[in-house]
Parts: sequence; C-alpha cells; structure tokens
Amino acid sequence: MAKPTGFMEYDREEPIHRPVTERVGDYREIEELLPEEGIYRQAVRCMDCGIPFCHSYGCPVKNRIPDWNDMVYRKNWRKALDLLHATCNLPEITGRVCPAPCEAACTLAINLPAVTIRHLELQIVEHGWREEWIRPEPAGFSTGKRVAVVGSGPAGLPAAQQLARSGHEVVVFEKSDRIGGLLRYGIPDFKLEKWVIDRRLDQMRAEGVVFETGVNAGVDISAAYMRRSFDAIVLAAGATAARDLPVPGRDLKGVHFAMEYLSQQNRRNAGDAIPEGEEISAAGKHVVVIGGGDTGSDCIGTSRRQGAASITQIELLPKPPEGRLPTNPWPTWPVILRVSSSQEEGCERMWSVQTKEFLGEKGGVRKLSCVKLDWSAPDAAGTRSFKEIPGSAFELRADLVLLAMGFVHVEHGPLIRDLGVAIDGRGNLVADANSMTNVKGVFGAGDAVVGASLVVRAIDLGRLAAAGADRYLAGR
Amino acid sequence: MTAKKKPFRINASGVPKPTGLYDPKNDHDSCGVGFIARIDGVSLHTVVEQGIRILVNLEHRGALGGDKSTGDGAGLLLEIPDTFFRQVCPGDGLYLPARGEYAVGMLFLPMDETLAGRCSGALEQISDAEGCPLLGWREVPVDASFLGDLSGSTRPRIRQLFLGRGTHEEDAFERKLYVIRRLAEKEVASWEDVDASQFYISSLSSRTIVYKGLLTGSQLPMFYPDLKNELFMSPYAVVHQRYSTNTLPTWHLAHPFRIAAHNGEINTLRGNINRMRAREAILASPLFGDDIVKLRPVINESGSDSAIFDNVLELLVMSGRSLPHAVMMMIPEAWGPKFQMSEDKRSFYEYHSTIMEPWDGPAAMVFCDGRYLGATLDRNGLRPARYTVTRDGMIVLASETGVMDIPAGRIVRRGRLQPGRMLLLDLQQKRIVPDNEIKAAISRRKPYRKWVKDNKIELRGLFVPSEIPAEDPETLRRKQHAFGYTEEEIRLIITPMASRGQEAIGSMGDDAALAVLSNRPQSLFAYFKQLFAQVTNPPIDPLREELVMSLNGFVGRERNLLDETPEHCRMLRLIQPILTPEDMLRLRGSTHPDLVAADLDMLFPAGGDGKALQTSLARLFVQADKAVRGGATLLILTDRNMNAGSAPIPSLLATAGLHHHLIRRGLRTHASIVVESGEPREVIHFALLLGYGANAICPSTALSTIRELAESESLEAPLLPGEAVDKYVTSVKKGLLKTFSRMGISTLRSFLGSQIFEAVGLGKGVVEKYFTNTASRIAGIGLSEIAAETVARHRRGFPTDGRWRSSDNLLDVGGVYQVREGGERHLWTPESIYKLQSATRLDDYGIYKEYAALINDQSLAHATLRSLFRFRKGTPVPLDEVEPVEKILPRFVTAAMSFGSISKETHETIAIAMNRIGGRSNSGEGGEDPERNIPLPNGDSRRSRIRQVASARFGATTEYLVNADELQIKMAQGAKPGEGGQLPGHKVSPEIARIRHTMPYVTLISPPPHHDIYSIEDLAQLIYDLKSVNPRADVSVKLVSEVGVGTIAAGVAKAKADLVLISGSDGGTGASPLTSIKHTGLPWELGLAETQQALIYNRLRDRIRVQVDGQLKTGRDLAIAALMGAEEFGFGTAVLVSLGCIMMRKCHLNTCPVGVATQDPVLRARFGGAPEYVVRFLRFVSEELRETMAELGFRTLDEMVGRVDLLEVQPAIEHWKAQGLDFSAMLLPPDNGQHSPLHRVRAQEHEVGKALDHEIMALARSAMDRKEPVRIELPIRNVHRSVGAALSGEITRRYGAAGLPDDTIHLNLFGSAGQSFGAFLAPGVTMHVRGDANDYLGKGMSGGRIVVTPPDGATFLPHKNVIVGNVVLYGATGGEVYLHGTAGERFAVRNSGGKAVVEGVGDHGCEYMTNGVVVVLGPTGNNFAAGMSGGLAYVYDETELFDTRCNLDMVDVESVWQVEDVKRLHAMIESHFRYTGSQRAAQILENWESRLPLFVKIMPIEYRKSLERMRMEEEMNTESVSATEEVYRG
Repeated sequence: MAKPTGFMEYDREEPIHRPVTERVGDYREIEELLPEEGIYRQAVRCMDCGIPFCHSYGCPVKNRIPDWNDMVYRKNWRKALDLLHATCNLPEITGRVCPAPCEAACTLAINLPAVTIRHLELQIVEHGWREEWIRPEPAGFSTGKRVAVVGSGPAGLPAAQQLARSGHEVVVFEKSDRIGGLLRYGIPDFKLEKWVIDRRLDQMRAEGVVFETGVNAGVDISAAYMRRSFDAIVLAAGATAARDLPVPGRDLKGVHFAMEYLSQQNRRNAGDAIPEGEEISAAGKHVVVIGGGDTGSDCIGTSRRQGAASITQIELLPKPPEGRLPTNPWPTWPVILRVSSSQEEGCERMWSVQTKEFLGEKGGVRKLSCVKLDWSAPDAAGTRSFKEIPGSAFELRADLVLLAMGFVHVEHGPLIRDLGVAIDGRGNLVADANSMTNVKGVFGAGDAVVGASLVVRAIDLGRLAAAGADRYLAGR
Repeated sequence: MTAKKKPFRINASGVPKPTGLYDPKNDHDSCGVGFIARIDGVSLHTVVEQGIRILVNLEHRGALGGDKSTGDGAGLLLEIPDTFFRQVCPGDGLYLPARGEYAVGMLFLPMDETLAGRCSGALEQISDAEGCPLLGWREVPVDASFLGDLSGSTRPRIRQLFLGRGTHEEDAFERKLYVIRRLAEKEVASWEDVDASQFYISSLSSRTIVYKGLLTGSQLPMFYPDLKNELFMSPYAVVHQRYSTNTLPTWHLAHPFRIAAHNGEINTLRGNINRMRAREAILASPLFGDDIVKLRPVINESGSDSAIFDNVLELLVMSGRSLPHAVMMMIPEAWGPKFQMSEDKRSFYEYHSTIMEPWDGPAAMVFCDGRYLGATLDRNGLRPARYTVTRDGMIVLASETGVMDIPAGRIVRRGRLQPGRMLLLDLQQKRIVPDNEIKAAISRRKPYRKWVKDNKIELRGLFVPSEIPAEDPETLRRKQHAFGYTEEEIRLIITPMASRGQEAIGSMGDDAALAVLSNRPQSLFAYFKQLFAQVTNPPIDPLREELVMSLNGFVGRERNLLDETPEHCRMLRLIQPILTPEDMLRLRGSTHPDLVAADLDMLFPAGGDGKALQTSLARLFVQADKAVRGGATLLILTDRNMNAGSAPIPSLLATAGLHHHLIRRGLRTHASIVVESGEPREVIHFALLLGYGANAICPSTALSTIRELAESESLEAPLLPGEAVDKYVTSVKKGLLKTFSRMGISTLRSFLGSQIFEAVGLGKGVVEKYFTNTASRIAGIGLSEIAAETVARHRRGFPTDGRWRSSDNLLDVGGVYQVREGGERHLWTPESIYKLQSATRLDDYGIYKEYAALINDQSLAHATLRSLFRFRKGTPVPLDEVEPVEKILPRFVTAAMSFGSISKETHETIAIAMNRIGGRSNSGEGGEDPERNIPLPNGDSRRSRIRQVASARFGATTEYLVNADELQIKMAQGAKPGEGGQLPGHKVSPEIARIRHTMPYVTLISPPPHHDIYSIEDLAQLIYDLKSVNPRADVSVKLVSEVGVGTIAAGVAKAKADLVLISGSDGGTGASPLTSIKHTGLPWELGLAETQQALIYNRLRDRIRVQVDGQLKTGRDLAIAALMGAEEFGFGTAVLVSLGCIMMRKCHLNTCPVGVATQDPVLRARFGGAPEYVVRFLRFVSEELRETMAELGFRTLDEMVGRVDLLEVQPAIEHWKAQGLDFSAMLLPPDNGQHSPLHRVRAQEHEVGKALDHEIMALARSAMDRKEPVRIELPIRNVHRSVGAALSGEITRRYGAAGLPDDTIHLNLFGSAGQSFGAFLAPGVTMHVRGDANDYLGKGMSGGRIVVTPPDGATFLPHKNVIVGNVVLYGATGGEVYLHGTAGERFAVRNSGGKAVVEGVGDHGCEYMTNGVVVVLGPTGNNFAAGMSGGLAYVYDETELFDTRCNLDMVDVESVWQVEDVKRLHAMIESHFRYTGSQRAAQILENWESRLPLFVKIMPIEYRKSLERMRMEEEMNTESVSATEEVYRG
C-alpha cells in the first residue's frame, strides 16, 4: 500500500448522478463515471486492512477489493482488471447495480464514509473495455463434455462462461426472446443499459457459449432429451414466482406484478412494439407501489419517467431508523432509512401500512383500503409481530398498483418436475456443497437455490455451480 | 498419539536423560572467571590462597541449586605442585621422578569400587600401551561432610594418577597424555553394561592440574584439603565460579577444563560441532602421525559449549599451534573495513577464516597450558574482564575488579580487556606480552598476506558473461506456481524488498494456522522457526553495531585444519552469499583448477510420492559423492531443469540432506554447496538454507520475478531491473544480519550450518536423516507429505492435463499476513471480531459463547496446537461450587503495550479496567506518567500495576519503579524475539517524550539486548537491583517460547524472580519485520510445557509463578494453559479487539482508524472503547473457564494448575498431515513421586535485606526523616552490589521524584564497589568511591551524584587506567557522574538525562543516547555515538582522529564554538576538577584557550531538528493555538 494516510487526506466522493430534472426525461443510466484523477484518490482511501471485511465478510463473490484498489492507485489498471475478473464474471453489472454490502462492511464505515468500492469496480471494468483488454478467453481445448445451462440471468451467465472456459461445450437455454434474464428485463435501463449485457454476451459467444433463446426448457425440449444430450445441467432459472397479495379486488384491472410492468418498459426501450391492450402505463395515473424494496424503487423510477400523476410507495414494515441500532452493528448490513435514486426523483413513502382491499370502478382499480400497523419490539428470537391500530384505516387513490413484494421461489414447472429435482420447504432447489441437486449431474445455481437475492450472490452461486459441474465432469 | 508415562532418569554423574520436552542439552552456563599469577613464575602457596579468595569474592556470580547448598561448580587450574606431591606421595608408596618427567591425572571415578577399578585398569592399560609407565595412584583426601544433597549424591571418587614420561620428549609427552585421555574416555564411554558416567579426567598433564567440583568457591578448599597445604604452591591460578541455568549441574561440567575456562556462551555450537566432525576426516599432523585416529572424534558431545570449545582448542594447541595462535583462530577479533589494523594482521584473519569459522558468542575466555596464561574477549566484548598489575609482579584478572585487596600504592596499572583483545602472560619469558606484540608476531609467522593475495579467488576475476535474457512471462508464472509464490508474497514481501532494500514491516501477532495444521500446501521452510538469544546470551544490534558483523564467506575446498599452506586459502571469496544468474554463469564457466563446479539436479518425478522423493535424494547424494571424488569443489544444487515431468525437491531438504550426507561420508570439506533454486525468496528461506549447510544461494525465480516487476513498473518506485535486484539483494543481506544477530551471531561463517532452528511438525525420520540434531518436539510429517505438498504446487504450474488457463496468470492469494478468501486460515476473522465486540458492547454472554465457539472449534480447520487437545473426563462438580469469577480475575494481566505503541486513551482504558477487576495492566516499555499514580475522583485508577523494564529503559526512573506492584524484565517479545525496536520521531509527541525522558520528535531506539544482561548472572544482578529499589514489587521475567526455554526459566527461578512469563511467538507487536512475526519463536504450548517440566524437575516450581500469554482468546485456551502449568494469564490482542481493534495491522503506520494504536489526535478521537468492554470480556472468559473447571471437577484454579494428565489429544483428527504428530513429550505428566508442588506455594528468599544499604539507611536516619545532611564513611567491596538502590527507593517513596536536597546524604566509600553501584540513585545522595567500581555504575540513575577517584595513595596515572567497568549510566534519567579514570565499553548507553565527565571510554560510547551530556577528556573506542539520537557529547580529541572512531550515521561532529556550548563544557570540567581533583581537568582548564579547539561536539542530527522544531513551536504557541495544532499533527 503506497499511501497509508489516504483515508485521512481524502473524503469520499459519491459517483455523479445526472440531475433529476434531466434524467427523468429519458431511460438512460443516471450514474456517470467520476473523472479518472478523482478515482485514484478514492482508491487510496482503502486502508488495505489486515482483515478486509469488505472482501471476506461483505462481498458474496469475495472480490479481492483491497488488492484491486491498490492496483488502481498504482495505475496498474490491467492487473486490477485481472484481479477483479478472478472472482467476478460480470463486474460491469455489479459495478452498476450492486447495493455494495462490501461498502457496509468497509472498516472505514465504522466511523467514516466507506471507500467507493462499487464505483471503483465499475471504473476498473470500463477501463478494461475501453482499452480492449477484455477479450474472449476461449479454453483452447475441449473436454468433449456438453453442459446445458437453463436460464441466462446473473447466475446462468457466469456459470456458462466458467464452464466454457473449462473446455466444455455450453448451451444456454432462455425461454425469453433475449438473453439476460433478470438483468435484461428486471432492471430498468436507467440503472443498467442493455448494451452493457450485449457487450459481455459477445465475449461469451466468442468463447464458445451457444445461446438458445425462446426455448422453455422442460416444455420446448423435454427433460429426458436434455438428460440424453448433455453431460450436466445447470438450473439457473431464478426465483421468478412473485409474492402475491391475495386480498379482495386483486383481480381488478390496473393491479400488476412489478415484473410485468418493468419488463414491458425495457422492451419498449429496446424498440419492441407492445401489443395493444397489453400496455401498462403510469402516464397521468396515480400509482401505488406496494413493497419498499429495490423492485419497488424501480417501479417508482419507471412510473416517474412515464409521467405518473402521483406515486405512493407503501411498506408493511415500520420505518427504519436513521442510523444503526446497537443490535445492528458494523459490519452487518445496516437496516436504516435509505433513499434510492428513484425515490429521490419524487414519491411519497409510507411505512407500517397493510393493504386490506383493492377498490375499483368498472373493473379497474381506483383505491386501496389500508390500515396502519403497530409493530412490537423484537422478542428473544429477534422476530417482531404487528397488530392493526384500531381506527387507523384509510384509503389511497390508485389507478395503477404495482406489486413489488418480492419473489417466493423458482417456478416449479415441468422441467423441475421431470428431472425429479428435490425442492425444500421454501420451494427452492436443494443443492449440496458442490451445488449438485439430488439428481446426479444436475446442478442448481442462483436464486433458484437460495430464493430471490442480490445479483452478486447469483454470480457467486453461478460460479460455484460451474466449479461443481466441472469437478463432476472431470470425475473428481 | 497418546501420552505414555516415562519416569525421569539420571545417570550416576547427575546428567539427566532427555525427558518430555526437557533436554539437558539446552543447559547453559555462565559465570565468574579469572586468574591470578606471579609474573616472575615463582610458585607460592599464597597464589593458591589468593585464587581461592578470588573465587569466594566471585561467589555472587555463581548460583545455588534447589537444595540451597549445592553450588553450580567451582574450580582452579594450577601448576602441578611438585613440592607438594613429593611431600605427600611417598606416603602412598609412590616415587616421583624429576619435575616435568611425570604427569598427574586428576580423575573422577565411579563411587562403585569395582567399577572404579575397571576404569583405572583401562587407563593403566592404555597408558602402558602408549608408552607412559604407571607410577602410581594417590587417593585425594576430600571432606564431603558439608555437601548439599545433589553434589553429595553425585560425588565421584577422586584419585590422582601418576604417569612417567617414558621415552617421550617434553611436548610429545603432553601430546601422548592427550591421546591417552581420549582413548580412555572413549573406552569407558563404550561400556554399555554399566553406568560409568562418573568417570571423568579433569586434567592429565605434566604441567597443569585442575581441582574442581560441584561446589561453591568457599566450599572448594574445604572439600580439597590439599589446597590448604602450605606446600601446595603454584605461580598461577585460573579460577572459575559457575552459574548453570538448571539445578542439575554436574561435577565434570565445572570449569576450568584442561586449557580453558569460559564466561559466556558459544551460540554457534551446533555448526562448529558439525564442521569439526566434517574436518576430522582430513585431519593429519606429523606430530601425531597415526595417533590422530585415536583422537577422533575430537569433540565429546556430552560436554557443555565451554567443554567442547576446550576440546578443539586443545587439539589445535597439541598439534603445534601456540595457544595464543589457536585462540586467535577460534575467537578472531573483528577485522572488517571499519577497523584500523595492520594488513598483515588482517590477512592473518582472512587466511584463517578459510580454515576455521569463529566460535561466536559472548565470551571471556581464560586459558592456560602451562606455557602461556592469558585471557581474551570476543569481538563484541560483552563480558567484563578487569585486571590489575602490581609493583611486586602480580597480575590479577577477573570478571570484576576488587576481587583481591591490593593496597593503592602497589598498583601499577588497572585495565580491562577490550573487545577482541588478548592479555597474555608468557610463563617462560616471565612477562606480560601486550596484545599488539602477540598478534604482530603471530601474524608474521608465515607470509599470510602473500598467501592470501596470491591464492584468493574473486568472483570478479572469473569470466564475464553477457546479459541473461529475461524469462518469458508464462515460464516465469509456471515456476512461480510450482514454487508456491503467492500474490500476497509478491505484494507484501518481494515488492518492498525490491523497492526499498528493506524487509517489510508489519504489526500485530500471528493468528494463522501452523504449517503442519494448514490445509494448504506449505513450503518446507514454513515448518521451521528461528531460535534466538534470551538471557543466557545477548542478541546483537546489526544496525548500530554492524561493524563487527560480516557476510564474507569462502567456497571451494577446505584443507587440513592442523596444517597451514598457501593452498589453504585457495578458495573463492564471496563478499555475501547471494548470487545472481550471471554469477552462476561465472561459476559454471570457471576454468580455475580449484574451482570446479558440478551440477546436481534436485528434482524428482512429477507426481511422485515419498518413496520417489527418497530415491531421488539418494541418487542425488550418490552423484554428489561421485562429483567430489572426481574433483568437484562446488556442488551446485539446481532445480533449473524443472519441467512438466520433474518436480523440484524442496531446496532445504536437498541442501540439509546433502550437507549431512557429506559430513557422514567425511567429504563435506572437499566441496562447497551452492543452491540455485526458484524456491527461496524470503529472508528466512535464505537463513534456513545457510543454516543447514548452503554456502551460497542463487534465488533464480525470485530474481526473475523482480525483473518482471521492475519492467512492468509495479514496484513502489520506478527502478531499472538491475537496480531492483540490487535492492532486493541488499534487503536479503540486511535481513540475514538481523537473523544472525537475533541469536547473537556476528558472522556468516559462524552461522553456516549452525542449525539455529527448531522444526514444528517434522517427523523424526526426516529430521534424523536430513536435519540431524534439529529439535522437532512434536514429530510430524514425513517424506510422503512433503512430496504431496510439493506435487500439489508443481501441478499448479504444470497441470496434469497440460492446459494453461488464463486464470493461471494470477498466483495463489496467499492470505498468510492478511485474510483472503481461499487463503490461509486465521483465528481472527470478521465473524470472531464482530461477535466479540458485540458481546462486550451489549454485555451478552450468549454472543460471547458464539465468539468462543468460533475460536475453540477448529475441527474443520486447525490453527493452533491446543486445538488438537481435548479434556479427559473428570468428576464434575456443581458450577456454583467452583470459585467465583472474582477469584479468577486477579490472575489476569494485560500484555505489555507501551504508551507510544498504543494511544493514551487505549492505554488508560486498559489500566482502569484491570484495576477494576483486581488484575494487572502493564505499562509496556514507555514509562508512565506519574499523574496516573493518583486515583481518579470516581475511584478508578489509571496506574499500571506492572511496570516493564525493557532494553531501552525509557522512563524507568526510580519513581516509576517504586510505584509498581510488579516489575517485569522483558527479555524477549513474542512477535520479535531477539530484536530491538524503534519509535519513529514523528510518533514521539511532546507527551510521550516527557514520559520517556527524551526529546520530542527524536527517534527512539530500543536496543536488541539489555545492555546489563549478557548472561544469566547478569539477570540475577538486575533482579537484585530491582528488588533493592522496590522490595515490595514482584519481579517477573518475560521469556519467549523456544526449545530450551524451560532451562532458562529454571535459571530465572534460581536468579530469584518471583514470576516467569512464557510468551508465545504469536503475540502482537506495534511494528516488527514480517520475518520475525512469522518465523521466530514457538507457540506457547511448547514453551509452557517445557517450563513446567523443567521447573518441577529442578525442584524450583514451588517458588515461582508461571504466566502465559500469546493469542489467548477464550476460556478454553486458559483451561488448557492452566492444565499445562500456568497460574496466570496475559491478554493482548483480544483486549484490544474488545476495545475496537479490527486487526488492521497498521499500528506501525500510525494510521489506526479506530484510535487504538495511533498517536494521531484526529484518529485518537475515534477511539470508541470503554473499560467495561474489557471487564466484560474478562468476566466472560472466566465464566467459560469456570464451566470447564466444573466439568473437570476443580473447585479452585490452584487445584487445576499443572494437571496435564487431564489433557489428551483429540482422536480421529481429520487432517492428512496431523497423523504423524506426537504430543507424548508435551503432555507427559511429571514423575511426581515426591509430590512436589505443581504451582507456586512459597516465596523466593530474596537477600536484599542484607545489603550495605541497610547499614547506610540506619546511619542516615536523620537525613531520611528530617532531611538533615549526613556524611558517612564506610569500606566497600565488590561483593556489595547495587549500593544506593535500596536507599534511593526509600527516599523516592518518601519524597517522590524530587528526592532530597542536593548532597543531603554524602557517602565516602573506600575500596572496589560492586556491580550496579549507584543504581537508580535518587536526588540528594552523593556517593564518592575512592578505589574503583565495576559494571553498570549509575544504571537507571535518576538524580544525585557519583564520584569515583583512584584510591588514596595511588601512584598510577588515572587517565591511563580503568576506574569503572562497562555500561555506565545505562538508562539514566538524571544525576551527575565524575570519573577520574577511564571507563569500559558502552559508556552512557541509552542515557536520557544523566551528565557525566570521564577521562576515556571504550567502544560504543554514548550508544542510543537520547538525552543528557557526556564529556570525555580522553580517547574513545570505536563506534562512538552509534544510534545516538539525542543529548550531547564533548570529546577531547588530542589525536584529531576522533571522527574515524565515531559512528556518523546519526550525528554531526563539529567544533565547540557556540557560547552556550563553551560555557557548559567549561562548567562541567570545572565540576569534574572540584569533585575529583583530576590533574587532567586542571591542565585543560589552565590552558583553556589552547585546549578548547581540541574538543569536538557530537550533535545528533535529529536532536538538532527537534530543538529547532521546539523553538518554532514555542514561537507559534505565543501566536495562536491552531498553529500549534498543525505542528503537532504533522
């Protein structure tokens, strides 16, 4: 570490966001790269800890953060890029959308703003693309083994790339019309423009990965066929079954799952025509987003851009504290009040609110009937319970309701059934330490195994599954 | 892996067999030594009497054993008392021929009469066969009535054997006697049916005789009535009083030996023995002819280091070299470029360095062969030797002055032996031969200079190769993988070395898995830990005392030791042992007939197992034999031909194996071993290779790596590849010197093959065959595991499928120093840290238990030895019957962490916490603010109950000492044993400087050794000093675990320490080279087990408490430590973690972001700790310990201590490398037939109450009570030690640091003052000695005045004579000293406030001084002002050569011209004249104008800057507060 006092000399600089007024007028990414000289100052804020909590506690893929920070400071971008790619296949994605648990665990964050780790990651990988250092890395040999990867999201892509680089013949099956899964259709363009994915896919294709879109594995091709044609199968289909809100009025028009809504806008941005009657638009509407998480925020940002009249976000849980509670110390993920870039663009936020009913007119939703909740303090096991506050019922105007309450598990379709893969109590695939399911040669990766989680965790699980499959194929 | 109970065994002579971890091989000794002689050679009985008197007066330097009446040994070497024997012998029917025609053997025989007869018979037979007829036997009368248990029970039968000269000439007779002795020794030792261990020949000579035994000096004449006989006359007597670290010293290990008596220790013994063994094969001497085979082996390995030294010295002398010549070969003075000496002498040393390596270590050697009598000091001069020559032709030399009363008028000269110098009495010529005359004569005996010039081969002289092309990146990467290079190593180790030419520094302790427990492939190097000097020998300062160190080496063929020819030096001289690829080309291309290189591939088949490895090694050895027989003089072990098909044999295995193979074959001297390997890269790797026999090393892959780093601009600075390689080599050289110095070794030649390492986890088979005589106490892996680890690494570079993946461009993560996923396992992880912090913040025992589970359960990944143990089933008791937490907490201490290494906030928080629970916090070595002695308003106390006394003595004032409950002498520190430290100037804030009594912003250096502890008797002296100044405090001694620490602990117990601390090598540090943190010292489990065994064995366990520390984290750790014998426990890192430390490992950078280990006020403000966190943590730990106690059935901790029988090794440890581990020695329960206590039950019997001070205090009562001035006159002797310390302690207790008004108590003392005169002197006391004084005068002086003048009536010139010994004013913080005469080495060392005037000093004057003023009115020795960062010195430089003797690294030398300097100097010289009446002072003052220009002022550069900075600060202070703030921060 060349400059141990960096953190004392320089303050954290936040990555630049385009001004709200400008950015709500388009769907382009809101974050811009910091100029290069500023980036060295950010990199040298890293203290090169004896125990880098960011790396070994915060980061699911165990990015070697202090090592590449050091390389950025030394302007050895090439080595930084190698170190980054050693643990992560899609740093240009995590560099854009990761909530950065590494930064929460950064030792600077004990009493100062953390190192801008996520943004440094983005800078490193974009530097690499610019310099054309990121090129296909084909294995250069073939094992003669064939692997099918089901799903092309943040778990499927790393799994496919790792396997291809190990000399296997890899086919990715994607039921949608484009490759990318959640990355393609789940994340709004203003957070992740889609050329970013395409650029990486080109590399993967050159490395020998074959992408088959529009193929619903298990339906369009049978599980038996897949077993016959492939030496291993990696199930990376995500956890796309969304959590529903089965209250009266749920079937009213204008009540949609967030994913339906978000993916449609991405398609629109990509130039696809949306068939008449299927369009969901917030233009001029009063929008209520149910669910306070990232998907909820994405709905807000999209609604704002579509020209919503008002946007209200409601959340069942109570309003989080401004700062960490003693029971939620560093380096754990801080459960605190945050404002996402979409929320910053304007919306009303409500907490401790439960929706009792959707009220409609002419088959279309018009209002929500809600009630306020009183949450108890955590009990010995740390769980909290709630009760309705008597007389707190109220109504919310809503022409468009977007359900962003998370996802429950992988879809239990024909493929899962026909392969005979075991499912746990929560509906997730069961996988062993090698990521293998109960069926020999069938591996699970990503949200399909752990339930909906972060992109970065999906990448990690995709890599683990690839490593497991590689060991299996090598007979080790 | 179960502990089998084996009883302890001792043979008849009292030598214990190795049992458990305790091996008597590790015993050390040290002592008082001296001689008295009549220069005219007249034999007198009074000389014998005086010799005995010297012994008695040196008795305090010896020791008593466990039974209190057995001395460790005393003896005399005398001329054969011909008159006496003529008188007594006829009584035994024995007729003696003329003087010189017969020899006397002084024999120890077995008590068993039959066996004694058998021994005598053998001896008679051998003598007869060798042509020396038996004249008869004499039973030596002895009085054994008063002997102690031990000496009584092992007492041999003592008889004298008289042999006739036969037909032999005078010298040939002596040689024959030597042959007879060796034959008899070997014959008796070969008897396996009986225990004839008591058989020993003290002497067998026609000239000298040795009377010695397991006695004290005063017992010696009582035991041997012969010595009291008036007819027993000798012109000389060599005397020795022994202090052995163990209590089972033996009769035959008493000194003197046949030629030598020694005070000190030979550090390089193992290497010396190995190399002597190698040389034996080619020994030849016309004087011995065929008899030479009878002498082999020359060395009797059962002897002590001194005995072995004596064996070799005797061989050299008997084979024709004169005694002084032989001594010069074995203990050469330093002859490096910094010493001015004649070219002939330098050539003599250079020539002989191709024949014999130095026997290195602190040594004061006295020797006598009947022809010469002399003494010498080694190059470091760490042992005292003072002499007096009298008008009536006597010379007395001893470890102390004042061992004989000599009237002042009879003294001609009083001097001291200087480093590397010799004092010689020629008994034939009847005169004292000065050092330069002896050496000039010997240096010119043969044309050594011409020989060296004509024959020496220089690397530069060989053919010059063209530049070697760089390796292509993939080839390099493959090699790096195959040799296990990691990204971390390149980043943290290699890059700093190649960028800065320095070893990398780190901080905090080592919490990573031991190599043998690691799941990752470990290099063989990782299984070795470096040993280091503690207590019995001192480490050296390789920076400040670099001038005595050397990396010179010679490679090629060695020749017959007993001969000298020009060809002996026809060897290649290497100025340092690291070779580049270009050098290798030169060696390989050599056409010189004496430089013939042969390549030996150290490779084995890729994927091969242990068998394959063994076969390949065997083949390698056969090839080596062949090459040597074919004339090769350089064996190049190389792995450059490694490829996919062949894996490299670990270079250390090949090197050590070949070295030992060649020794066994008698071929080792024929060729040198050069290692060309990609494997070595860190300093420890090079050290290990050299320590196991490599003569030079080319680290090929390391150098390629550096070239690549330089070319890709990845170093810390832009450097050309060549520059980077140079810097790297420089850092290796520095690192090697540091490695040597940790063990107190000065030269590479002594280090070669010295094997000063201990293996952890290496199997017995491997060790015996390839690392012969290396300690490996828990056994471990064999060749198959070594092969498997090598193969795993090789596969990464050369995958079996032949595929090279892009990801292979990155190396393994490493994770040894910093946590990395996929890297080495650590105990401190994010989870364990966060759980511990949460538990202590939320006061939640449940979370603590989760934390403890993370640490305690290492079943998946073991890191520590203790993780492999489990508790046996006990009989549980209810938890509430176990003593409460409050009873356990007082056994807790915190580790020594100085204010300076950690912040004020942290330091005080810890102290408050420990005082709240009744435990003890430790000040560390940085002094302590007296303010903290006063309790806070809320009742909390910030006082550190333990005060450390470390090598720098910072802030160790009398006041500091008297306010302690425990005084801890830090001999070593786990993270960096054998090393000093440094607090960089920018960290020395005004507050720290104030507390340490130094200047702000001036770098503070802690020397590697305590300059008052070079040996065990010195430690006893320091303990005595501390007990004198503060009798209420316990004295503890901090040691670090290593093989032999148990023996040292026994010595510490005998030195009367109340407490011994065994630190694990994994303890923390604020800054230390990474090499030290990782590779030096052993885990505490080994050290504690050995200590417990050794103390019980030596019957000393009952009188000393045993404390342990080193990564103690949980109650389980404590339970294991208690069962293994610890009754107290120290915490360092865990306490810091509870206060917010997150193991940044950045303490050395002052950037601790949580304010724990930083002095930066901005960062300190972020400190978030509180005393309650520490209290909670320690309560949790105790609670967990109580739970274990309840399970095991102990109600109190006392019952639990030492119950090692309740520990066992976990069955079925799932670790492929753990199978071979054997803990039986470690878990061996003591043979406790006598039911001796397993913990301390009684206090040490300190004898400070008998000191002269109590007499003085009684006489000075009015002054003490009412401050009335008193004058006291008393005689003083050398046996009066630490005079003034108890008095000063009492004054300071009553009146604080201010003491009494000046000169309130005035002492006039007559005679020779003992050691530590005026130690810790308080203000108000003046002590004037008329006579002289010994070492350590004014140690820790805090005020007052010491004056030493020659005895009244003395006629010698004071300024040409020595008046005080070595190490004066060490660590003084105040007071004045006036010495009318010259002083010894290291005058005013680490002085931080004392003022002194002296008339000449020895080497290393004003070393490490940080404050105070020294005026030297005469010559100085070499290396003046080394490491001097503060204070001032003025030297009267008549020769105008002072700058050649001054170490200019840190100081400027200038003339004295500034008014304030002139005034100060004049005033001090005036005072000197006033107090001493010095004529020299008077002359200077009288001719002030003309003498002033001869004075030079020595001004430390940093000191000047500091003064300027303070002046600036003062100005800014008056301007604005914020400006000061800026300065402070910078």
